[in-house]
Amino acid sequence: MTEREELNLRQRLSALSRLPLLRGARVDAEAKRLERQLERLQADTSDDAIWRSVELARHPERPYTLDYVGRLIDDWVELHGDRGRADDGALVTGLGRLDGRTVAIVGHQKGRDVKERLDRQFGMAYPEGYHKAMRTMEIAERFGFPLVSLVDTPGAYPGVAAEQHGQGGAIARAQAEMSRLTVPTVACIIGEGGSGGAVAIAVSDRVLMQENAIYSVITPEGCAAILWRDGSEAKKAAAAFKPDALHCLDLGVIDGVVPEPPGGAQTDHDAAARLLRTALVEALEELEETPGEELRRRRRAKFRGMGVFA
Amino acid sequence: MSEPRFEVQVEHRHAPPPADAKHPNTCPKCGSHYRDDELAESLWVCGHCGHHFPMRARARIDWYADPESFQEEAADVRSEDPLDFFDTRPYAERLAQAELNTGQGEAMVIGQASIDAMPVELAVMDFKFMGGSMGSAVGEKFSRACDSAIERGAPLVSVTSSGGARMQEGILSLMQLPKTVCAVEELHDARIPMITVMAHPTTAGVLASFASLGDVTIAEPGALIVFAGPRVVQETTREKLPDDFGLAEQNLRFGHLDAIVPRAEQRAYIARVLRLFT
Repeated sequence: MTEREELNLRQRLSALSRLPLLRGARVDAEAKRLERQLERLQADTSDDAIWRSVELARHPERPYTLDYVGRLIDDWVELHGDRGRADDGALVTGLGRLDGRTVAIVGHQKGRDVKERLDRQFGMAYPEGYHKAMRTMEIAERFGFPLVSLVDTPGAYPGVAAEQHGQGGAIARAQAEMSRLTVPTVACIIGEGGSGGAVAIAVSDRVLMQENAIYSVITPEGCAAILWRDGSEAKKAAAAFKPDALHCLDLGVIDGVVPEPPGGAQTDHDAAARLLRTALVEALEELEETPGEELRRRRRAKFRGMGVFA
Repeated sequence: MSEPRFEVQVEHRHAPPPADAKHPNTCPKCGSHYRDDELAESLWVCGHCGHHFPMRARARIDWYADPESFQEEAADVRSEDPLDFFDTRPYAERLAQAELNTGQGEAMVIGQASIDAMPVELAVMDFKFMGGSMGSAVGEKFSRACDSAIERGAPLVSVTSSGGARMQEGILSLMQLPKTVCAVEELHDARIPMITVMAHPTTAGVLASFASLGDVTIAEPGALIVFAGPRVVQETTREKLPDDFGLAEQNLRFGHLDAIVPRAEQRAYIARVLRLFT
């Protein structure tokens, strides 16, 4: 399959998978046919392709949360600080307009240059970041604003102070807060979806992933260090735990794949933002018709159904 | 093209243990040594220095629950291998080995019981089964324990002991975080109390999900309770770690726990809390 054909197929698949088709709710002949194509495409997902996703997801030129905010959101007002201890630059939150409606946004933010990277801890949030996100979620709930999460973190910050400030509890409570919301919630993994630090803001009605994003329980390096006792076996580890978008879709972890411009989002930020906007707006429009209590019930049922066991 | 390379890995099945490895019945803190029956008698607590040895799930259930009151649920839930995961050994083989070694199907045992004649639901983790790691089966069992507690209006007593999410199940193991969190939220909505006992170690994915959401949360003395373990923190940040980094005592000081309760006093403590809620 040429790259062009593959992209084309992925675009059609992602358009379809935004409907609840692939999970079996409205399966018709067309979905079955596409499902078969998806299977074939997945058979083509070689170890090298998975590693390419890992590299593209971490590409230093890849658009970050604020790059998308600048292109998608009008009247952006950033909300700073957790009202207790600090303002965590690794996780930005705010309000703005997406396609005419006010939305609340939470998203990880890596830095572009060395100084900004250090200031934002490479997108690894402290508990303060998750407390700030929860504050923004509360505003969304109170005023009925849909919540959009943009996920891009290697993981929550592993440090002495972060532990003392309650990193584990903060991640647990952010998920609990998201499972209580009665407003529409959409999350998109736009780069690295690293472990608890990522899922803390991704317990959403619709979870999307950009084509070259990754979503995983641990970094490939971390997994290799533990299971192979050798951090340089990262490529082997990634091939084993399959963090790429298509495998996540197949496992029912995400609801749709958002296409990127040819070659990856880093090649054309504007085009990547346009594709993301279409996906976010479609997902929101679909959710906005459902009553809040029902959204919450379905969201919990969706996450309660995740896993494979006998 | 690089030259083809053969990868050879030899596992010594009968290799002698490393020289510094201690017998599991030897206290790592003070070096006192106990017979099996002595440890069982003392609830696996060192009589000399108070060190808490790991306690198996069944033994803990026998200790907490009224005699003959425990009825196990979801005993047949088993992990599958959705990724055909293979590191140095296949995941399926690791699972089979763990079941043989522990006599248990998974890293958590759940069921109905009573404590001081008050009905409870128990969800108890066992570190011996693959480091108490949480995969799909553990997530499912915990969720079913919440459902069973709601159905019977019985408080949930959950005991955690886990290295975190089970990497061999990839992203699905991460999804057990929101899954168990959603199950606890339903428990909260139904106004069913949840008491959490954190045993050594309660780390990573389990700490970042259901373990942190108890109404009353206690820990065993000396238990390691962290999101990121000491080695990861040191390697990532090169920070100098405090001596009591991540231990229950530090967690209590920073406000993450309600109390540290020695094992021998836990049954009475839990009963006291249960009476307040019923």
